[in-house]
Amino acid sequence: MKSRKLLLALTAGLMSSTVAFAGDVRVMWYSDGVEGEVIQDLLNRFMEENPGINVILDNVAYQVIQEQLPIELEAGRGPDIARVTNIKTLADHWLDLTPYIEDPEYWQTNLGDQFDWMRPDGSDIIPGFMTQLTLTGGFANKTLFEQAGVELPGEDATWDEWVEAAGKVQDSQQLNAAFAIDRTGHRISAPNISYGANYIGEDRLPAPIDDATKEFTTKLVEWTESGRMNKEVWVSAAGTTYRAAADDFINAQIAYYYSGSWQIANLSTKIGDAFDWVATGSPCGPAACTGLPGGAALVGIKYTQNPEEVGKVMDYLASEDVVREFTERTLFLPAHKGVIAGEIDFQSDDPNVKAALDAFVKATSKVSEVANALPAWKWGTPVYGVLVTRISQVMAGELTLDEAFARMDEDIAAQVAEAGN
Amino acid sequence: MDKPNNRLISLGGAAIAAPLGWLARAIDPPLRALQKLGGTNAMAAFFLAPNMLIFGVFVLFPLLVNIVYSMTGGNALFLTNRTFVGLDQYERLFSCANYLDPRSCREDLFWTAVWNTAWFVVLQVTLMVGVALVTALILNRELKARGFWRAVFFFPVLLSPVVVGLIWRWILQREGLLNFMLYSAGGEPVNWLVERDWAFFWAITVSVWAHMGFYALILLAGLQAIPKDLYEAAEMDGTRPVRVFWRITLPLLMPNLLVVLVLTLIRAVQIFDEVYVLTGGGPGTSTLFITQYIYEIGFASHLRNPGLASAASILMGLVLIVLTLFQLGVARRNDRRSGKT
Repeated sequence: MKSRKLLLALTAGLMSSTVAFAGDVRVMWYSDGVEGEVIQDLLNRFMEENPGINVILDNVAYQVIQEQLPIELEAGRGPDIARVTNIKTLADHWLDLTPYIEDPEYWQTNLGDQFDWMRPDGSDIIPGFMTQLTLTGGFANKTLFEQAGVELPGEDATWDEWVEAAGKVQDSQQLNAAFAIDRTGHRISAPNISYGANYIGEDRLPAPIDDATKEFTTKLVEWTESGRMNKEVWVSAAGTTYRAAADDFINAQIAYYYSGSWQIANLSTKIGDAFDWVATGSPCGPAACTGLPGGAALVGIKYTQNPEEVGKVMDYLASEDVVREFTERTLFLPAHKGVIAGEIDFQSDDPNVKAALDAFVKATSKVSEVANALPAWKWGTPVYGVLVTRISQVMAGELTLDEAFARMDEDIAAQVAEAGN
Repeated sequence: MDKPNNRLISLGGAAIAAPLGWLARAIDPPLRALQKLGGTNAMAAFFLAPNMLIFGVFVLFPLLVNIVYSMTGGNALFLTNRTFVGLDQYERLFSCANYLDPRSCREDLFWTAVWNTAWFVVLQVTLMVGVALVTALILNRELKARGFWRAVFFFPVLLSPVVVGLIWRWILQREGLLNFMLYSAGGEPVNWLVERDWAFFWAITVSVWAHMGFYALILLAGLQAIPKDLYEAAEMDGTRPVRVFWRITLPLLMPNLLVVLVLTLIRAVQIFDEVYVLTGGGPGTSTLFITQYIYEIGFASHLRNPGLASAASILMGLVLIVLTLFQLGVARRNDRRSGKT
């Protein structure tokens, strides 16, 4: 009898280390700001209402999501739910929530606009929802512009006009640089598209680097060489390493910063009342004044042992009240149509925040079709990687522009070939 | 006072020895039977088996898997989902008009990393061995608070490479400590991590700073093993210190120096962590070394290429094998000189 009990205990012990318990839902989550605390609050409330479901929130670094999660997924493992940004490339691993959620029609109506961003081409599954929509756009240090006596360029100002104005501020205020763009191919794709670029070829494979991309890249390199753009951000790394220029803006070392809506909470927290800043939307090129949409999605993982519970958690998190609270507390742009249509009371005392969020909401109307298509295109991220790698080399003086453009085409072709296309 | 203590110690010893005795008695008969059956060679194999098993599972098997990966193509992670491409990945790496000019190579970043690593190895190893030797010579003298100074020089070895990289990044960034000091002294701030040559210089300096203490310690042990009477005899003969160094210290320290040289070489070829945190491989690709290249291709790229990364790592492994054989040769020569078999 004793040995039987011992055997049972041993079996239970072994099971606990290898198999998820029924009722457990493990969520892999990364945070840019306060959203980790907010989601934990919301999940605690869910668990009080649903005592049979134990939701475990694993707060991890963004790098874990980018580098370790894909390997886990390839191995047929991973969490039950994950918050991801690489949503299209990994689309084969997402769970179809349709049989597990209460009202698929509610999901289609309120959250369906972005489903193509996160499911394989031609599929009609419901894999999850966007926890936030993002849009790339600029921020200007209003105080520095005022101190320099330079007027902020208007709504339809071009990239040239913004750089010129920021340059005047740089000269007047003895700044290190006039402006900076985050070191990522994603961020420069919006200005490329504004100059008329289209990465997507007719066969849905990457098109060769076009004249518009070449034109904006050439300008970007010239601005870097002339000291207008902060060289440090792009040059101080190799490969696809991401470098944000937010700290340069926060420390008032640049007058203009091109990043995106997700920076609002960060800027508000860190700048405080040190200076006034405004969101400017995206500067114009000859073809458009577009930003690049994107965001983070919460998706179910198809290898989960507890899909019913995953469905319940996702239903709760996608409900209108919960999305509204999450939006108001995190200062993110929502993807939920019902929330957008209603009142959103963003919880911030900073007057810059409300104005910035309004500016980004307004800028969404200027997003071009080409930009809108990119998040649903699986080659987007690889193309961004190639752009950032090669442009950095030009800025560092290792390649000429022509060599870089030729290399970009070769790199992309090699990646397409390696992927078996 | 002593007697109860001794009693306690012997009691403790007995408590440990007793179970060991039982164990020895328990395994003795089967071991005797094994020896009778297979002879002493079988016994040697039996005792080596656990170690070989661990080596096989954690070193040999991954190595073989890596070789197989290097002969496959595609972005899939699992071998079963990958296509066999033979030596295509190696051909891709070696496809080059002029190996001295990475821009003429198909995989230009690989050859950039190869040449960066080669330069790094030459400069860093020279500096490392030189600085470690000078440090060991100084620490071997009759200094005040000698133990303290030895600890000071050894301390960076205890730090995690990531911590080393971060500390130096804070020192060297545009608004960092070094520029603050330069500015305070009336100088012009320098963008240490954005200028190509400076970034390379600091990559070498930081890695020397981080690891020098370990090698200095090896050399210090060698210095302390040199018989004192040789120095006393030289002093009585009125030999100049420089001649003492060249004729006594250096020849007798040579075995330790060779060990340090080979260990430094191997470590320099593998350089990654602290430099990756410090410069990210930049500016441009000026501090992109071979391990970072493999990491970027195999793990950090949006579309991973495990085949190409494996091929590059096999080539790097071959270099390390050559260096390790050299180290083994050096160790054997040292053993022969010191009379060991």
